[in-house]
Amino acid sequence: MRPETPGMASRRPSRHLIFNAFCHNIIDRQKADSMKRKINLTINGKSFTDEVEPRMLLIHYLREVAGFTGPHIGCETSICGACTVALDGKAVKSCTMFAVQADGREVTTIEGLATNGQLHPVQEAFWNEHALQCGFCTPGMIMTSKQLLERNPHPTEEEIRHGIEGNLCRCTGYQHIVNAVKAAAAKAGA
Amino acid sequence: MATTITKTETLVGKRIRRQEDPRLITGTATYVDDIKMPGMHHACILRSPHGAAKIRSIDIKPAQDLPGVAAVFTGKDVEGVGPVPCGASLPGLRVPPHAILAKDRVYFIGHPVAVVVATDRYIAADALDLIEVDYEPLPTVTDPEKALAAGAPAVHPEWPDNTAFLYHQEGGDPETAFKEAEVVVKQRITSQRLIPTAMETRGVVAEYRSAEKSLTLYSSTQIPHLLRTLVSQMLGLAENHLRVITPEVGGGFGSKLNVYAEEALMGFVAMKIGKPVKWIESRRENFQCTIHGRGHVDYYEVAAKRDGTVLGLRLKLIQDLGAYHQLLTPAIPTLSVLMMPGLYKFRNVTADIVGVFTNCVPTDAYRGAGRPEATHGIERMMDLLAAELKMDPAELRLKNFIGKDEFPYATATGLSYDSGNYAEPLKKALDLVDYHKLRQEQKQAKASGRLLGVGISTYGEICAFGPSPATPAGGWESATVKIEPSGKVTVMTGASPHGQGEETTFAQIAADELGVPIDDVIVVHGDTAVVQYGIGTFGSRGTAVGGPAVYYALQELKKKIRKFGEMLLETTDVTVSGGQCVDNRTGKSVSLAQIAGASYRAMKLPPNTEPGMVATYFWEPPNFAFPFGAHIVVSEVDRETGHVEIKRYVAVDDCGNIINPLLVDGQVHGGVVQGLGQALYEQAVYDDDGQLITGELMDYAIPKASMVPWIESSHTITPSPVNPLGVKGVGEAGTIGCSPAVVNSVVDALSHLGVKHIDMPMTPEKLWNLVHQGGQA
Ligand code: FES
Ligand code: FES
Repeated sequence: MRPETPGMASRRPSRHLIFNAFCHNIIDRQKADSMKRKINLTINGKSFTDEVEPRMLLIHYLREVAGFTGPHIGCETSICGACTVALDGKAVKSCTMFAVQADGREVTTIEGLATNGQLHPVQEAFWNEHALQCGFCTPGMIMTSKQLLERNPHPTEEEIRHGIEGNLCRCTGYQHIVNAVKAAAAKAGA
Repeated sequence: MATTITKTETLVGKRIRRQEDPRLITGTATYVDDIKMPGMHHACILRSPHGAAKIRSIDIKPAQDLPGVAAVFTGKDVEGVGPVPCGASLPGLRVPPHAILAKDRVYFIGHPVAVVVATDRYIAADALDLIEVDYEPLPTVTDPEKALAAGAPAVHPEWPDNTAFLYHQEGGDPETAFKEAEVVVKQRITSQRLIPTAMETRGVVAEYRSAEKSLTLYSSTQIPHLLRTLVSQMLGLAENHLRVITPEVGGGFGSKLNVYAEEALMGFVAMKIGKPVKWIESRRENFQCTIHGRGHVDYYEVAAKRDGTVLGLRLKLIQDLGAYHQLLTPAIPTLSVLMMPGLYKFRNVTADIVGVFTNCVPTDAYRGAGRPEATHGIERMMDLLAAELKMDPAELRLKNFIGKDEFPYATATGLSYDSGNYAEPLKKALDLVDYHKLRQEQKQAKASGRLLGVGISTYGEICAFGPSPATPAGGWESATVKIEPSGKVTVMTGASPHGQGEETTFAQIAADELGVPIDDVIVVHGDTAVVQYGIGTFGSRGTAVGGPAVYYALQELKKKIRKFGEMLLETTDVTVSGGQCVDNRTGKSVSLAQIAGASYRAMKLPPNTEPGMVATYFWEPPNFAFPFGAHIVVSEVDRETGHVEIKRYVAVDDCGNIINPLLVDGQVHGGVVQGLGQALYEQAVYDDDGQLITGELMDYAIPKASMVPWIESSHTITPSPVNPLGVKGVGEAGTIGCSPAVVNSVVDALSHLGVKHIDMPMTPEKLWNLVHQGGQA
């Protein structure tokens, strides 16, 4: 039998890397409540004011508190991009920051893209080109693609692939996503 | 009578964008984690940090005392809950009891040990850290070949040989074939453990209403009805008091074709605390505790004549099962054996499977489930044989294909291939890459020192599962079609699509059969309280088995439409088309809405006819369907970095008739990229202590957009005679065809260095070493 490694018995699996790092010592609930911070931010054009624990991730705030479940959670470790939203117009992975860091800032989620029932051209292109299957990566993928086109209105295939590299999709093999971004670019340029 | 505008254009066969997309592109779809209920609690699960250990004691008190914690349960609390079921049966199969929470021993990293339920997820996570478990770590074994060696640690102490089952299958006279062979090639080929990695992890919401004794489970699953049957047994609940709802499901690929401990556990918790409870799997848990795929070590031998005619095939298959059986774990390698002859006339075959326990999470169905392993094996062996005989690999394949006039073809493994023309997709793919010119270019490239390779794979797959006698839980699928009093059409399918697009393809079928606009049709699925019993979506069966069920339900319905039409039009000769029933003599018509309305008002009924406009059909397929195709890869290995660049990827797939080419392309692309992941990037790695080294997306490389090539996809069409739609299924084709094409191309690129075989994943490090050590890794 293998000798017991010192410290093995107390080794625990680490759960969510970011989540965990900031959870650790805050186990006194009263202390946690008293540490709550007030934040004020704009989401999809509407103003929100809430009290949140400093450790609360922005994605959890958006989904659980503010009620925007369009952005998804695929990893909580800033790899998959499913949680991508626009913060002051720039695409960010909302599991990578705390809600308190969004204080005073402006967030756009997938729910805020269509205006007056009119789909955003990138949404329309994703639909036309069959750029989604299960749809789980889609909200993040669309937010990233939108940003990509804002920065580079006529991307090459290679630039598109590079631009969406931070967003994982397990269903589509990406080809139809590339087509959708190209189609949205062509439409905007037309 | 009124004439309405008729819809003449048919939809089947057209590239139509999907009906399900508006909710998905606007962020308004509901996945499990989007569900919120009054009083809902959150569960987090404490899992074993050891690959194997005895549990000496568990102290849950500090966790229970944390404000906000409603309950903590451990193994002894759930003793009354039945074991996680294994649905596969094989002679002599050893089935270790698989409790939903471990009690005195853990068998793999991530094995659930306790569950904490709290008012919010952060508190539940905090409380997990307060549970003290005293473990006594035990030796582990994570490699299946090491597990078979004498003196290896026993995963289950009662079975020291770590062998769960032995399985033998034989056809023809393999012994004579090998005796008479002029050439025999042998190779050990692995198909490494993979992590399915659906982008949505698993998740469950459970709600119990004690006065009704009714439990509702929202689960991210591919099989709502089977889940209901099995979880109700585990919980001792009447089956009709359990309702399973699959909201939007964010990908499955087989990993959600299962019944998991957590599904019963959340039911148990909800029943105990009297509040709704939600558990969402973290990505780390998903990697540790949701099934893995593949996990083969295969020893192949092919017997042939010098002219390239294949004679016999011998396989010893070592299947890494993990610590337990999940729903289909031991059955998966038997599919590999069924398909091991591929598209070739192997009349003499023999296979032995050893199912091996290891201290790892169980393997089970992952996209392709057994067939990618088989195809990888036989397609590598055909290349090895071609190299041995100095024959062109395309020529060798064409020489040994089952001929197009030989269908239905009885294989040496007992299957009956439905239809095929195997040379056609290969010839088409060869034309598309301009094969002869390509070989010239390759010669020149190699002469100038470039490592350019061409790889061919021709695959056949078994899908459309399947005739019921060949499946553990029934192989049919069901459909109900109703025309509402207003004339709108509702299709309810027992299949449970989760991204494949059947809300669109089934609507196309219904719209065509009834002649109504597609927007008049909705397709409902995934709620056991609403939809008749069904089997589910897996094994490329959604369209190939669920589709015919819809078709036949529509035929039943049309009979009834005709009867009401004849009554209303006072005639005996009508046709249903264009959304109406037309009197063939006078041209007078009644609309479907009028007919449906009359059927529900029932002022008058045709003879021997019930009111209402509903038909249900359970369709049992007479056979599997066997899609096939050819994939060709042109790749180049970078001498300096060992990196593989895929220069061309040509896929010619034959999945029978095509209902929506846009969706079929999507399935091919997604499938190919998962195959590419296996060929080049992915591998689940456990260390000797049982620790999962590739435990996060950070360490497990699923392909990103920049890591995959453009896929040139095209088709040949050989309808299946098995079903009235002539479809074969396409969900897994890309994955099955891909990996051998990629590996064959890279081996070809390095063949002049003496490289004959490379195991997957072909990482840059592995290839760099091969290049720089003269073909020796
Ligand atoms: S959930 Fe934020 S990147 Fe994956
Ligand atoms: S569509 Fe399923 S993960 Fe992208």
